[in-house]
Amino acid sequence: MKVLVAIKRVIDPYAKIRVKSDGTGVETSNMKMSMNPFCEIAVEEAIRLKEAGVAEEVIVVSVGDTSVQETLRGALALGADRAIHIEAIEELEPLSVAKVLKQILEREEPKLVLLGKQSIDTDNNQVAQMLSAITDRPQGAFASKLVASDTHVTVTREVDGGLETNRLEMPAIISTDLRLNEPRYASLPNIMKAKKKPMDLIKLEDLDVDVISHQTILEVTPPVARSAGVMVTTVDELVDKLKNNANVL
Amino acid sequence: MGSKTLVIAEHDNNNIAADTLKTLHAASQIGGDVAVLVVGNNVTAIAESLSKVKGVTQVFRVDTKQFKHPTAEDVAPIIVELSEAFTHFLAPATTFGKNLMPRVAALLDVGQLSDVIEIESPDTVIRPIYAGNALARVKSNDSKLVMTIRGSAFDSASTNSQENASVEALESQASQQPLASFIDSQQTLSERPDLSSAKVVISGGRGLGSKENFALVERLADKLGGAIGASRAAVDAGFVSNDLQVGQTGKIVAPELYIAIGISGAIQHMAGMKDSKVIVAINSDPDAAIFEVADYGLVGDLFEIMPELIDKVP
Repeated sequence: MKVLVAIKRVIDPYAKIRVKSDGTGVETSNMKMSMNPFCEIAVEEAIRLKEAGVAEEVIVVSVGDTSVQETLRGALALGADRAIHIEAIEELEPLSVAKVLKQILEREEPKLVLLGKQSIDTDNNQVAQMLSAITDRPQGAFASKLVASDTHVTVTREVDGGLETNRLEMPAIISTDLRLNEPRYASLPNIMKAKKKPMDLIKLEDLDVDVISHQTILEVTPPVARSAGVMVTTVDELVDKLKNNANVL
Repeated sequence: MGSKTLVIAEHDNNNIAADTLKTLHAASQIGGDVAVLVVGNNVTAIAESLSKVKGVTQVFRVDTKQFKHPTAEDVAPIIVELSEAFTHFLAPATTFGKNLMPRVAALLDVGQLSDVIEIESPDTVIRPIYAGNALARVKSNDSKLVMTIRGSAFDSASTNSQENASVEALESQASQQPLASFIDSQQTLSERPDLSSAKVVISGGRGLGSKENFALVERLADKLGGAIGASRAAVDAGFVSNDLQVGQTGKIVAPELYIAIGISGAIQHMAGMKDSKVIVAINSDPDAAIFEVADYGLVGDLFEIMPELIDKVP
């Protein structure tokens, strides 16, 4: 089967972000960027499906400016077969991303689509579910285990209070949780080989997507900083502070 | 035009989830009527108790055997059928709401506001981005607003209103959709309070070293009547089950007292606990980032500190 993985380029998860002083957003220039960690897990799962003989071809797709080509190359170096870059200058909202991906699904007809459960910048946790809705495909959100066959996929999902297992008829859409797998690193020879793998470029305006701004960000502010705490030196002092100063014991 | 809000109730066919009441409180802040939709099996009692929640004017009940464990594919079309009469659609930002609501939003062809922590006006909310390191004030341009509500940011709605809302049983939309079906669930059983709503949370991290040592966290939690949580490192190392992970991708908690034991304080962990009222950090590394948010910090050997602390707390 053909597997499609949608990936996003985000500020590195270990970087400390800075809110712009004019309140328009978060400083992204000169920040280290990387593949969204949940997307890495989606790519890894697709490659494992290929190694297991379940998937024949793994396609990675990303929406964004030319810099996302680096992220796509990264996925090719991990083992994806080819990449599709949908060039869009402005950052798209989740529903627009879902509509763009729908068009790619119509062209490529993958049986399984894998996405990360959320991107660590906007923290929306929406695209996979939205894509499932508009393509009328079943969704397996927050997957920690999946067993795929030609007819269906059995997906174990991380839910509050434990795990839930669902059966989804193919074609299906899965969003990955942290627990699904441990992503591999790309080796140098594979990074070199990835440079020769095909990457299609599609301009957003060449797709039949009406990009609508459903939301306007009025202001971005830093959260209220906590006031400085105190260091105590003994357990007795800690218990005393919690009892008498904080009144929580 | 006035607002009319539909809240999708999360429950397990026996009890209403705590976050549903928080979402109902958020719904009351929008202004206008608030209706609740309950989809399940044998949910008459739940529908009755929801009709007594303050601010609720109408309860819709879809009750059928096939919906004992409804999927998002089952529930989303029911909401869409009811959508004509409503301007706002709210569910808790739990795995239930996160799974369901984007599907609803896309079917309505509108955006979604995820993890809302403050409702400023019927069309403007505040939500955290970048693991809570920035807050976005967002205005929706849609005629229908779909939101998930972060429970830890809202109080619970009162459950003993004088005026009972009417309960309307809707025609059972029997699960005809063939795409997705429930197979089974494995719940983590615990006698301790629920992590998301506990007043006291004791969390352990990699510093505990082993699953056996995690018992120190459990003993302190039991002494304080608190819930246990964990960092990603502790979950990955197999000390506790995944659903106890606190952080950006796990549970978001804001208890009265949060005690972090052997947790360094990665950005992703802090996203899940830094709105706690009082934070205590116990760690052997004096440079651990967790001390930057802690109200009270104690540096030292966990295995000396913990038994003493368990002994000395009331």
